[in-house]
Amino acid sequence: MKNRPEIRRRLIQGNEAIVEGALAAGCRFFAGYPITPASEIGELMATRLPEVDGTFIQMEDEIAGMGAVVGASLAGVKSLTATSGPGFSLIQENLGFACIAEVPCVVVNVMRGGPSTGLPTCPAQGDVLQARWGTHGDHPIIVLAVSSVIDSFNITVIAFNLSEKYRVPVIILSDETVAHTRESVVLPPAGSIAVVDRIIPTVPPEWYHPYEGNSRGVPAMAPFGSGYRHHVTGLVHDRHGYPTQQPEEVDAFTRRLHRKISNGFHDIHIVRRLHLEDAEVAVIAYGSVGRTAQRAVAMARNKGIKAGLIQLITLFPFPKEAVVNVLRQCRAVLVPEMNMGQISREVRRVSPGDTKIHKLNRVDGLPIDPDQLFKELQLL
Amino acid sequence: MSTIRQEYLRHDKKFPHVWCPGCGNGIVLGAMLRAIHRLELAKDEIVLVSGIGCSGRMPVYVDFNTLHTTHGRALTFATGIKLARPALTVLAVMGDGDATAIGGNHFIHAARRNLNFTAIIINNQIYGMTGGQYSPTTPYGARAATAKHGHIEHAFSIAELAVTAGASFVARGTVYHAAQLDTLIEKAISRTGFSVVEIMSNCHVQFGRRNKMADPVTMLKWFRDRAVRTQDAVDLHPDSLSDKFTIGVLADVEKPSYIAEYEKIRIRAKKKK
Repeated sequence: MKNRPEIRRRLIQGNEAIVEGALAAGCRFFAGYPITPASEIGELMATRLPEVDGTFIQMEDEIAGMGAVVGASLAGVKSLTATSGPGFSLIQENLGFACIAEVPCVVVNVMRGGPSTGLPTCPAQGDVLQARWGTHGDHPIIVLAVSSVIDSFNITVIAFNLSEKYRVPVIILSDETVAHTRESVVLPPAGSIAVVDRIIPTVPPEWYHPYEGNSRGVPAMAPFGSGYRHHVTGLVHDRHGYPTQQPEEVDAFTRRLHRKISNGFHDIHIVRRLHLEDAEVAVIAYGSVGRTAQRAVAMARNKGIKAGLIQLITLFPFPKEAVVNVLRQCRAVLVPEMNMGQISREVRRVSPGDTKIHKLNRVDGLPIDPDQLFKELQLL
Repeated sequence: MSTIRQEYLRHDKKFPHVWCPGCGNGIVLGAMLRAIHRLELAKDEIVLVSGIGCSGRMPVYVDFNTLHTTHGRALTFATGIKLARPALTVLAVMGDGDATAIGGNHFIHAARRNLNFTAIIINNQIYGMTGGQYSPTTPYGARAATAKHGHIEHAFSIAELAVTAGASFVARGTVYHAAQLDTLIEKAISRTGFSVVEIMSNCHVQFGRRNKMADPVTMLKWFRDRAVRTQDAVDLHPDSLSDKFTIGVLADVEKPSYIAEYEKIRIRAKKKK
């Protein structure tokens, strides 16, 4: 057979793009439990992973899926799980373990309406604050939102890279609209994608302190079986990894967890700006609504309204500076969400002044459409 | 033993251990280390995973790759490790509450799935570290912190549950029968597939104190008097076994392991591609 170049133009849905992004980022392990509207991610992983010497396993529940993901990552393999709201709640326990033990991994939550079984396979954005605060205890985490099929690819790559760089779980929030919409996309050639791998220790094993923070606050990570025998625990631990309740060690540990993320704001905070140069009113949106907002802002511009858009890719840590800049510039902003106002709370929290913050909340299981958004925009 | 102690324990940290004087966990730890020593496994190639509870503190004491996970989830983490690095020897040590209450679902599915690793379940019939509340193996009628009037639930037989769920190697021992324990753990580790060793162990502090066996010796005698070797049990009338339990190998079957089967999947997938 002729050696023809791989065709990278594809007609795929968001869930498939997440799989391709994960594989491109070096993910070689998936464990999870099926749930709509996230099931295609596991299904496609089951097919694709063995082709690239990876491993797929369907576990007995989401708790088990997340446990296996953490185990595989500790053994040195980039790992992913994917779920939707009810499963995301189950994942939280072991997600907290990944936070305290600093285990890189990526969790996709294709949100659906809720609580509980809620609105299966209807788009919603109800899990935004669960993604930030769902597990117990005080810890930072990175949450990214995807708005399109190509986003699902690119941002999954970014999610793995941030996860490896900062040794922190990264959550990707998708929603049913993005997950199941098919679009024609051109995936970048495999070699052109920047892939970040965790730092592994280079010192002799007897010198290795598995939880000694470097200048970035991110310790080198030795996979199990690489000759660096060490202890990993969900208890607060000292730099050796052994449990501690010494107040000064506990304090230093907790602050380092936060510091490593706050030190990285510059490359963790990702936003998209549209027509903000001269904007007097702006939309602050994320996920599939971000895309709706692009259209609505274009409609407003056609009517002579000086409207702009800031689309949040990073939801947490909250991109305060970028949002504050928009709030300072505009007399009013609109925060449309498929929930009762989870990100608008954050916008209000960081608001420095008198900018009017309007909400548009759709919670009937249907997506926000551009006309609806445009109408609200005209009223600002 | 002194060489084994020198070789396998982490002397620089975390001793003395947290276990109560006379606790059976030390006997289990010794048996596990002797089994590993006999099998001549390299320390770098072993991962010891635990859940939460008294048994959960075991990994911190031994010089392997060690992992102390969330309550009941040890087998799920072990699954990920084994799949990511099949060459590693993975052991999961759990208590009875850990393995069969909160982790009950993971336990039966691990047995069914037949992944190549070993579960060591220390059954002291009580929640020890949490203060003596009843567990899935607390005997009917026994007293516990949450059963002051006598326990009205019926106990699981962990080993028999493992057999039924499909584990390829299942054994039961006690901390009284310490020499046999070394052998059972050694066999379990050397088998391909999912292997389970249930170990009846004494918690005289939380279980014994409430049930007229407040010291370790009384509890060890209780195990001695109630344990029947599997080969002897076949000749006995079931009625005479009603307050007894069998020790020894309960199941040892060959069946395809997950790792071997998945390797076939990889070959098939690559051919198709």
